[in-house]
Amino acid sequence: MDNILSIVTFIPALAAGILALFLRGEDEAAQRNAKYVALFATSITFLVSLGIYFEFDPANTGFQFVEQADWLLGLQYKMGVDGISVLFVMLTTFVMPLTILASWNVSTRVKEYMIAFLLLETLMLGVFMALDLVLFYLFFEAGLIPMFLIIGIWGGKERIYASFKFFLYTFLGSVLMLVAMVAMFADAGTTDIEVLMTHTFASNSFEVLGIQITGGMQTLMFLAFFASFAVKMPMWPVHTWLPDAHVQAPTAGSVVLAAILLKMGGYGFLRFSLPMFPVGSEVMTDMVLWMSAIAIVYTSLVALVQDDMKKLIAYSSVAHMGFVTMGIFSVNQQGIDGAIFQMISHGFISAALFLIVGVIYDRMHTRDISAYGGLVIRMPAYALVFMFFTMGNVGLPGTSGFVGEFLTLMGAFQKNTWVAAVATSGVIFSACYALYLYRRVVFGDLIKGGLKTISDMSMRERVIFAPLVVMTILLGVYPAVVTDIIGPSTEALVANYNHSLAAADLTPATQSASH
Amino acid sequence: METILLFAPLIGSIICGFGYKYIGEKAAMWTSTGMLFLSAFLSWISFLTFDGVTQHIEILRWIESGSLSTSWGIRLDRLTTIMLIVITTVSSLVHLYSFGYMDKDPQWKEDESYKPRFFAYLSFFTFAMLMLVTSDNLVQMFFGWEGVGVASYLLIGFYYRKPTANAAAIKAFVVNRVGDFGFALGIFGLFFLTDSINLNDVFAAAPKLAETQLTFLWTEWNAANLLAFLLFVGAMGKSAQLFLHTWLPDAMEGPTPVSALIHAATMVTAGVFLVCRMSPLMEFAPEAMAFVTVIGASTAFFAATVGLVQTDIKRVIAYSTCSQLGYMFVAAGVGMYSAAMFHLLTHAFFKALLFLGAGSVINAMHHEQEMTEYGGLRKKIPYTYWAMMIGTLAITGVGIPLTHIGFAGFLSKDAIIESAYAGGSGYGFWMLVIAAAMTSFYSWRLMFLTFFGKPRGDKHTHDHAHESPMTMLIPLGVLSVGAVLAGMLWYGSFFGHADQVGKFYGIPVAEASAHGETSDHGETDSHGESTGHSDDTGHGEAAAEGEHHYVFAGEPGEGGLYFGKDNTVLDDAHAAPAWVKVSPFIAMLGGLLMAIWFYIINPSLPGRLAQAQKPLYLFFKNKWYFDELYDAIFVKPAMALGRFLWKSGDGKAIDGFLNGVAMGVVPFFTRLAGRAQTGFIFTYAFWMVLGIVALVTWMSIGGGAH
Repeated sequence: MDNILSIVTFIPALAAGILALFLRGEDEAAQRNAKYVALFATSITFLVSLGIYFEFDPANTGFQFVEQADWLLGLQYKMGVDGISVLFVMLTTFVMPLTILASWNVSTRVKEYMIAFLLLETLMLGVFMALDLVLFYLFFEAGLIPMFLIIGIWGGKERIYASFKFFLYTFLGSVLMLVAMVAMFADAGTTDIEVLMTHTFASNSFEVLGIQITGGMQTLMFLAFFASFAVKMPMWPVHTWLPDAHVQAPTAGSVVLAAILLKMGGYGFLRFSLPMFPVGSEVMTDMVLWMSAIAIVYTSLVALVQDDMKKLIAYSSVAHMGFVTMGIFSVNQQGIDGAIFQMISHGFISAALFLIVGVIYDRMHTRDISAYGGLVIRMPAYALVFMFFTMGNVGLPGTSGFVGEFLTLMGAFQKNTWVAAVATSGVIFSACYALYLYRRVVFGDLIKGGLKTISDMSMRERVIFAPLVVMTILLGVYPAVVTDIIGPSTEALVANYNHSLAAADLTPATQSASH
Repeated sequence: METILLFAPLIGSIICGFGYKYIGEKAAMWTSTGMLFLSAFLSWISFLTFDGVTQHIEILRWIESGSLSTSWGIRLDRLTTIMLIVITTVSSLVHLYSFGYMDKDPQWKEDESYKPRFFAYLSFFTFAMLMLVTSDNLVQMFFGWEGVGVASYLLIGFYYRKPTANAAAIKAFVVNRVGDFGFALGIFGLFFLTDSINLNDVFAAAPKLAETQLTFLWTEWNAANLLAFLLFVGAMGKSAQLFLHTWLPDAMEGPTPVSALIHAATMVTAGVFLVCRMSPLMEFAPEAMAFVTVIGASTAFFAATVGLVQTDIKRVIAYSTCSQLGYMFVAAGVGMYSAAMFHLLTHAFFKALLFLGAGSVINAMHHEQEMTEYGGLRKKIPYTYWAMMIGTLAITGVGIPLTHIGFAGFLSKDAIIESAYAGGSGYGFWMLVIAAAMTSFYSWRLMFLTFFGKPRGDKHTHDHAHESPMTMLIPLGVLSVGAVLAGMLWYGSFFGHADQVGKFYGIPVAEASAHGETSDHGETDSHGESTGHSDDTGHGEAAAEGEHHYVFAGEPGEGGLYFGKDNTVLDDAHAAPAWVKVSPFIAMLGGLLMAIWFYIINPSLPGRLAQAQKPLYLFFKNKWYFDELYDAIFVKPAMALGRFLWKSGDGKAIDGFLNGVAMGVVPFFTRLAGRAQTGFIFTYAFWMVLGIVALVTWMSIGGGAH
């Protein structure tokens, strides 16, 4: 299959189109059909995407399965994957069928709901595969629309506020990124990402309004992209949209948001910031590292005092993304391997945690921690799954959560021991908030009225969790399934980065040791 | 064989935990117990047949990234085999014991099957502990390290209905994580400097680390000292040393078999194991080692003082454990790792015995744990009484002074005290001697309050006090044998002459007559106790020394332990003056006599003394107020800070700022969005399309995309 990437990307969109055109009515049969079509389409997408995984050659650090075609207005349609992006594609196709399954109880506007999720999948896949600036921007921004709809239509009580906040943040970031993209095109004369990655943007310092800009254009472009990616990530202090969005989003929306949408920021740093603006990145690394370390401690402390389960997990997500940015901007093999690993792992673990909240929300219709307690007595299977992912969340060795944290911290230690030490303290805080949450929800005696008849997980729910459990253990015990694929590409990325810095007469800052 | 003994407990745990619904509770419990006995059997084989050559068995690749390469694997050397027999022996006995102890637990309702879960946790713990001690690199050790932490968390919180148990479980996990924080940083530092975290590479690089300066946080440090210190912070957490000890007494919320296995015999000794395992690094880190000694000695003293006044039988033993771990660290701190391991081994037997004995008492007394409610139980539960008696004789160190005949604790504790003296740590020596007196006092106090005197407390409970079933008494019997014999049996291997110890651990020794002189020099240099040497020639061990003198001559990483070239503590300890050697015995006698006076002859005295010395009594009783202090300086501020960052940081500062920015923009959008919900979405889409159109237009004007 020469254009397997396009096929994978557009199967969900095709299914969405079929739903939109041919499915009529709001009766139960129509609803069921919509669900099955969506499940079928996402499953097929996953199965076809396995072809990408197995055909992918890790030793080749360039782009593979590249497709290129003319598009409207003289623009290029160019898709491809390398070691850095291929696993995000896999993560997306893996998680989507599970989110459809998790939405089985949706009963309002089911057809539209499924269409939104299917379109969302296409757009997210496009982001990870696009090799043309305009195409990337299109996917990147358009992906927000279905997410808006999901929060805005199927969301909770304060969905309008949450959407506004989301909008304001992302809009400001995107505008700056767009400006930078225009500037890049003006400088390089192309929108081809592959070419841009080898293009050297000017990095001579200059002054603007009396402020010395070290790294010149590269720094400015870096900052413009940074504005967009940092919001997406989200990094402290532009993270406050995430808890609100999560709280208002329906369970499946939270799952996609946490598991995949957040990863676009990290992916963006690796695809654009480091390779295209190495000097700009190097100038800003200290700031980004500190923002990451602060994020880890700050949001962990905030998570500790939350009363709303989803908010707690949302804050914990921000902390985990702190490890990602810290790893990326350590710019060494362990750091970047760890960052990618952490993103993949977080895709499974955070998805599971939001699903876990969803399980009891479906039964009790509240996310208030104080409404629960003693669930283990009536829901032993649930308690087990919850415990498992709690341990994954605190980075217990043997789960995938550990590998990412460990590698990113190891990477950071080589760059800046202060940052590493502050960030490592995050392992203490994560244990605090995660176990404290677990204790209040699951342990204790079952005395609260409504819980006395609560039922354990259904077969459908167990089927959703099973693959996530398997992946979390597999990646924790045998991380080579990830590191073998990303290793050569990250190695090349780091080598190019250092090479570019050397060309610009800079040496990357590292921790020092002397004999 | 090693692979089987390693994974048998895991398989048992999985079958027991997930399969009990299909094979039945009894079968599930027997499966996990059977797997443990298999594991114990294989461990003893590997211990007895071990030939001194370190083996490496690789099982599976693990974390790999650039130059970092780790795998799941087994490192089999003497240190590992010692830990193997300790873990699997105690664990299999505890499994057996739990059949009796956990039967018809009043904490549970009739229809709740808690037993398979308990056994699954125990087996899982054993697996994690085995992974810890067999690991060939620091990450796998960290895996075991955290794995036992989780098992401990699950077992402390086993009675999940009890809020105190849940709180204690979290406390244990979090305090351990504070230690892990140091451990992890130590691993990162080692990787940064040696480009590997496999033990062999680290050991080989140790001499170089001693000459390396590393910038860490605010200043430059000697790399070996810094990294040894960081690793020791991990050990402090796991082994409940001073400042990170607060979780251990609370951990007694777990069922008693758990306390015996995890919080006495095995997991809490992991820190000691770590320091011994890293002996090649420790030998090049004198300042870190001095710190280890001071912390160990202080813990031994501190925990003993608290143990004097506790009334909960399990808490007394918990503080005793804490104190004994301090002893082991002192031995390791002065460079006598084999003495630390010796005490680790003997302590595992007699402390597990004491805990299981206490469990038997608790079982007899219908889960009453306050010693004030006991008394006169000698006749009611004679087997338990005798088992506890043996445990007490062992822990207090009863034996014949200046010989090698005595209960297990006599030989290993004296070895440590002599090492502390020989290692030149006066503080360590005196603290340990004082602690030995207190150990004797609180141990006998426990015995007298429980088994002697008149029955106190609920009459009905006393009348119905009954001896425990065979499943509980057999483990007591086996451990009693260990508590009596372990010391005498292995004295030579752990604390004999260098050639014996060297052979045992697989450390090469050199027989150099010239070395005898060098070693003498070492003594005179370090402390002017050469007079003690001549004193000592009368003893059996020194006589042989005159003929053949051996010194350790291994390279770092060779054999189970490493002793630096100028580490002469073993010889010096053997040559310690007689008063040093008898001092722990005298301390023990003093403690015993005090206990007899306080609790047999004059039972009203303790109460009056507590009244007279109220502040001191309360200070000890409240564990030196560590919990209150930590609550005030860590827990409460963390919560307050979290709330502040949330409400003021996220809420007022960040959102407030953005709202301010948005004030001009938002009304415009609200007007648009106000009309229809979807209108708002279209607005966004509109802006995006507008952006792209602008971009495309600009590009077309600017010359096209090609």
